[in-house]
Amino acid sequence: MTIALVVGAVIMAAVVGWLLRLTLNTKPWIEQQHPIENVRGDRALSLPPVKVGLGVFLAVATSLFALFISAYFMRRMGADWTTLADPMVLWWNTALLILGSIYFQRARTAAQRGQIDGVKVGLLAGGAFTFAFLAGQLWAWQQLNASGFYLATNPASDFFYLLTALHGLHLLGGLWVWGRTTAKVWRGFEVADVRLSVELCTVYWHFLLVVWLILFGLLLST
Amino acid sequence: MAYVAHDESAYVPPAEVEEVELYHPKTFIGKYIWSQDAKVIAIQYSITAIGVGLVALVLSGIMRLQLGYPNTFSFIDPSNYLQFVTMHGMIMVIYLLTALFLGGFGNYLIPLMVGARDMVFPYVNMVSYWVYLFAVLLLMASFFVPGGPTGSGWTLYPPQAILEGTPGASWGIILMLVSLAFFIVGFTMGGLNYVVTVLQARTRGMTMMRLPLTVWGIFMATILALLAFPALFVSCIMMTLDSLLGTSFFMPAIVSMGQQLDYGGGSPILFQHLFWFFGHPEVYIVALPAFGIVSDLISVHARKNIFGYRMMVWAILAIGALSLVVWAHHMYVSGMNPYFGFFFAITTLVIAIPTAIKVYNWVLTLWRGNIHLTVPMLFAIGFVFTFINGGLTGLFLGNVTVDLPLSDTMFVVAHFHMVMAVAPIMVVFGAIYHWYPKITGRMLNDTLGKFHFWATFLGSYAIYYPMHYLGFLGVPRRYYAMGNTDFIPESAQSLNAGITIAALIVGAIQLVFLYNLVWSYFKGKPSGGNPWGATTLEWQTPDTPPKHGNFGPTLPVVYRWAYDYSVPGVDEDFIPQNQPPSQKTRGLEET
Repeated sequence: MTIALVVGAVIMAAVVGWLLRLTLNTKPWIEQQHPIENVRGDRALSLPPVKVGLGVFLAVATSLFALFISAYFMRRMGADWTTLADPMVLWWNTALLILGSIYFQRARTAAQRGQIDGVKVGLLAGGAFTFAFLAGQLWAWQQLNASGFYLATNPASDFFYLLTALHGLHLLGGLWVWGRTTAKVWRGFEVADVRLSVELCTVYWHFLLVVWLILFGLLLST
Repeated sequence: MAYVAHDESAYVPPAEVEEVELYHPKTFIGKYIWSQDAKVIAIQYSITAIGVGLVALVLSGIMRLQLGYPNTFSFIDPSNYLQFVTMHGMIMVIYLLTALFLGGFGNYLIPLMVGARDMVFPYVNMVSYWVYLFAVLLLMASFFVPGGPTGSGWTLYPPQAILEGTPGASWGIILMLVSLAFFIVGFTMGGLNYVVTVLQARTRGMTMMRLPLTVWGIFMATILALLAFPALFVSCIMMTLDSLLGTSFFMPAIVSMGQQLDYGGGSPILFQHLFWFFGHPEVYIVALPAFGIVSDLISVHARKNIFGYRMMVWAILAIGALSLVVWAHHMYVSGMNPYFGFFFAITTLVIAIPTAIKVYNWVLTLWRGNIHLTVPMLFAIGFVFTFINGGLTGLFLGNVTVDLPLSDTMFVVAHFHMVMAVAPIMVVFGAIYHWYPKITGRMLNDTLGKFHFWATFLGSYAIYYPMHYLGFLGVPRRYYAMGNTDFIPESAQSLNAGITIAALIVGAIQLVFLYNLVWSYFKGKPSGGNPWGATTLEWQTPDTPPKHGNFGPTLPVVYRWAYDYSVPGVDEDFIPQNQPPSQKTRGLEET
């Protein structure tokens, strides 16, 4: 549980620290401390709400994965834990997901520069690599199954299925937003209309890439 | 008071905040059923939560019947006694208190108090309620499945929770776990809204430090819940897999009813860690909104600014942060490293500091205030009393050595009911009496309200004070019957019977409250827009009850904090947050 403790404490410390900065040195009971124009000087307010919303959601997802990883570490100490021969295809999958993230990044850059063609290419390639990643994960399940590790064979394989499924579900959720954004681009919306969506998708994909790298490292190490 | 000269430049044009496009429904269904208006969603949440809470109240009455008069009622057997204990606990903690404070009060008050037209993601907010309702229905369905609801205790500890022999081990536990998972998904949708609305949708001039403490409490509780609920989600998923697919996340090798089961190697302690990683913050998820609301009630009804506003905010932050690192104090008896116990005892006791700061500040706000003993104020004072009582017994239980003999006795039941049941419910009642006029445009009946307060307050003490004593005698909790226990004197049974009578009376008196809610809706005295003379924005809306969009054509501009009560030199004893300084000081210059 140390991991969950540390992750929770870090997120909480960040939140509390930020809030403290906003609240120190203000004396709200003194009327008109600042001219009213500056009163809204909390910097977060300049961001669009969906972006803050995504940030909050990523904090929730971080907490969720950290707790699963904590559970993984605790359960791993059990005597019945067997080391899993991780399917080789996971390396290819990792490469696919990295490529997906790179193309999302390119779509984001293109969106910032106002190049709709670049956005199209980036979104399509990013989505395609993600689908390929998911297909690859299914294949990895297949291989694990073939080698005799089913769900409920051993805690190691239980966690393998559980963690990859959880990560995959998060990607599927992302693909739903990706689908809506891509459809918009195809129906001829301007770059300005989709810039925010593309940016949010990109951030989400980078987040899930980092999560996967951590999970993959974890699965490899045991 | 700082004297501010008449200054034309202090006038600020409104509507700097981007106008939000609101979805305006035309039909009855769009307005009241599939509504995206946070106020309607709040009422939906509240009615559902109170409805399901009534079920839990009845369950507690049945439990008390068994404890007070064992072997008298044929319809209570050991299995369904355990089922009632479990369902009572889980419903009250999660489906009533969490949903009511965050989904109910959060939805109603956040947009109004920060000066927003609605939540930032109204559609997600609507879905949040329907997912919550689905979770409630799933849970209620477990009463009607084969084997009935789970009887594993509200903590759902494995291995017993999913083993044959525990009531509801086949269907009930699965419905409970799935329902909790849905509740968490629904809550996360709502929680995103509460946090982002507080951060992003505040009106012009509403800095974080001008927020009423109610919003601070709900805001911090939501952050806490967003971080802690995933732990419950994780444990629900893993236990569902253990139960349905035979994995061994939590299940050790075990012989059940003479048979060796397929499980092996799992760790029940892992479940306890995950459960309490959520379970302890849950206490503060309920308590922080209560802290915030009670601060506002005391300030409004004592006509005095809250004492130590900044300290109150920092105490909320400190409690929120600390509550993530105390969970294992629920596990002192599960066999932990003594150094661990020492660490968690220290963190637990440290929480007493910010909490005590809050209690002192409430009392100091009352000190020399112009106290109006209205019904909300009575409940607020009742809360402070009860919370101090419950908090002090918390100091007993936070110490490892004192906790060991008291663990799993009625003392624990008394402690957490004082601090987590009676105290928050006092705030719930106080808040309903306080905001009902804004929600309906009518006052609740005062006489019935005062009767409701005194009966509930004194009745609760009649229930829970003696229970501490039962705990000292060693009467265990969760037991259907005592059996042959020499160390417990006969008189304990008489005490139990007395507690039962008090509990049944208190339960029945809640009907008076429900009657008052309905009667006043039709026949109550019209309240006007601001019956309590409060400063916060929800009382300054052009319409009462506020229409969809809350504030008419232009959003209010905020010029001051929420606690300008009895300011010297001003005619009225309150200055609304949206009143510009020039208007206020004009009166001063003329006099």
